[in-house]
Amino acid sequence: MASMDTDAHVGPVLMTGNEAVAHAAMKAGLGFFAGYPITPSTEIAETLSAMLPRAGGVFIQMEDEIAAMSAIIGGSLAGAKTLTATSGPGFSLKQEAIGYACLTEVPCVIVNVMRGGPSTGLPTLPAQGDVMQARWGTHGDHPVVAYCPERVEEAYLLTLKCFEVAERLRTPVMLLMDEIVGHVTERVIFPVKGAFEVTSNRETTLSPEDYRPYGYDQQLPPPLVPFGKGYRYHVSGLMHDETGFPSSDTANGDRELRWLMSKVENNREMVIDVELVNMEDADIMLFAYGASARSAKGAMRLAREEGLKVGLFRPRSIWPFAYDELKAAAQGVKAIISIEMNLGQLTNEVKLAVEGQVPVVPFFKVGGEPVLPAEILETIRGV
Amino acid sequence: MRAVDYDKYLRAAHVPHIWCPGCGHGIALKTMVRAVDTMGWEKNDVCMVSGIGCSGRAPGYVDFNSLHTTHGRAIAFASGIKLANNNLNVVVVTGDGDGVAIGGNHLIHAARRNLDITVLLWNNTIYGMTGGQVSPTTPLGCKATTAPFGNYEHSFNIAELVAAAGGNFIARGTVHNPIQLEKLMVQAFSKRGFSFVEVMSPCPTAFGRRNKLKSAPAMMQDLKDRSIPIAKALKMEPDDLDGKIVTGVLLDRDKQEYTDIYRNLVANLRGA
Repeated sequence: MASMDTDAHVGPVLMTGNEAVAHAAMKAGLGFFAGYPITPSTEIAETLSAMLPRAGGVFIQMEDEIAAMSAIIGGSLAGAKTLTATSGPGFSLKQEAIGYACLTEVPCVIVNVMRGGPSTGLPTLPAQGDVMQARWGTHGDHPVVAYCPERVEEAYLLTLKCFEVAERLRTPVMLLMDEIVGHVTERVIFPVKGAFEVTSNRETTLSPEDYRPYGYDQQLPPPLVPFGKGYRYHVSGLMHDETGFPSSDTANGDRELRWLMSKVENNREMVIDVELVNMEDADIMLFAYGASARSAKGAMRLAREEGLKVGLFRPRSIWPFAYDELKAAAQGVKAIISIEMNLGQLTNEVKLAVEGQVPVVPFFKVGGEPVLPAEILETIRGV
Repeated sequence: MRAVDYDKYLRAAHVPHIWCPGCGHGIALKTMVRAVDTMGWEKNDVCMVSGIGCSGRAPGYVDFNSLHTTHGRAIAFASGIKLANNNLNVVVVTGDGDGVAIGGNHLIHAARRNLDITVLLWNNTIYGMTGGQVSPTTPLGCKATTAPFGNYEHSFNIAELVAAAGGNFIARGTVHNPIQLEKLMVQAFSKRGFSFVEVMSPCPTAFGRRNKLKSAPAMMQDLKDRSIPIAKALKMEPDDLDGKIVTGVLLDRDKQEYTDIYRNLVANLRGA
């Protein structure tokens, strides 16, 4: 397909979700990528290994998944916008360092192209089995922000969003993309050139004497001034006070954990992103995300043709979970069909959101086959 | 010894350090500060990175850009820092457990890449912070809390490991001889490429008292007795070097440095 660049957009071009992530990261100002080969995310590294050196950025293939995650935290502390990409087994290996980035409040973006698990599982087949791991994979209470695109163009847009939220909240942000979106080739149109400038939250007006890298008196964390700019502060994975130095004071530990959680909770408007379709008159609400949501949309169209009033609630932001938005959307519906390519991980969150007031019907598919609209339609008819 | 203004480098609010009486790490830290001073590095341009363990606390005491990372991963974090800001002088302080057990993979790959950082491995041959478990450098037969009948594993020769992996500069010293150690650190800091100094440091608390070296002076005497300068060691039979600590510059070469290769690539691509 011929591409056509105008003032309004770039494209259309044909691209996979993995390639779209790479292009979006460059658009966001990516300066440093560290990764490790793993199916089905490898094309992100491959694409960036060609793009980053040409742009003057740094690409490095590290010796293992842990090293890649550690390196992007280091790179971010030195001032770069940083990214890594992986899949299930690698995501497991990265978890300790992800917790480190949470506690040390270092912005970075982690892409997990989800394949069948556990263990080596089904490396080339899709799944959505890592959504709870994304929430609780690292030890201890910690904040998590994660997005899940349903198509290639959205993979691009949500990657931009990941960088934006990571910078502003100073926390690792995840893009959970199922293998279908990662590998499908679609026609995409990139948004207006220059219209999506991603924040860079690295400069302060304060002097080194007054700067507190871990200040917690504002709704948003202070900027993270890069190493080498004259602000010689300390960063530690130990609980620390607002200067960054370790503190074993229990009151400080309580304060710090609550701050980490609240900086996400208090900025839900920035983070939460949901799509509602046909919910105005819906009797049945489909809950779906990622590629499963496209099948859900197909099933919804078929059901509507049969006169069934079916709507869709689709979270683009998986974490924090959109409890309030879901509860509000579910007012008046007779049932929710929860569609996942796992055995019910987010369905428990759906049940929590509606507090038992609406029955939640499971539609779970695992083993590596994508969800089909006709299968969902069968379930809709049965409700 | 040349006078150094230590107050310029130490974070007054965060000393004294937590290391045990008789621990060699204080000498290693002081020697490192002296070497930085000799280099004339601006404090803003120095980044000190550590992992977990007794050595992990070192960066918190010195007034540089300082990073205390996860167990074993200091070199991986440091690699990210160096690649994102090539102007920083990046120094990793690690230990024998942190550096060659859980973190061994990162050590050999940073050496292979010949990345321009310096790794100071403070080797006390024991897991000190957790109370004295056997480490990859605990000598055969020595006792530890997880080797109550004596260590039945062979130990690493770390310098040989780093040499085989591709490091540009490799040296070994002891805290018994801080004058030599300072010179070795200065040479390492001056070296373009991956430089490595193994610092033998006594741990009377977790190692010595289980191994007939109960006092700090006894451990220092032991370091002295076992030390052999490299020039002398080269004339000795390998069997006669068993249990000895060979000190000095063990390897010094000039492989092309990683960021130099990468920068050339970027320049060529962008110029094309």
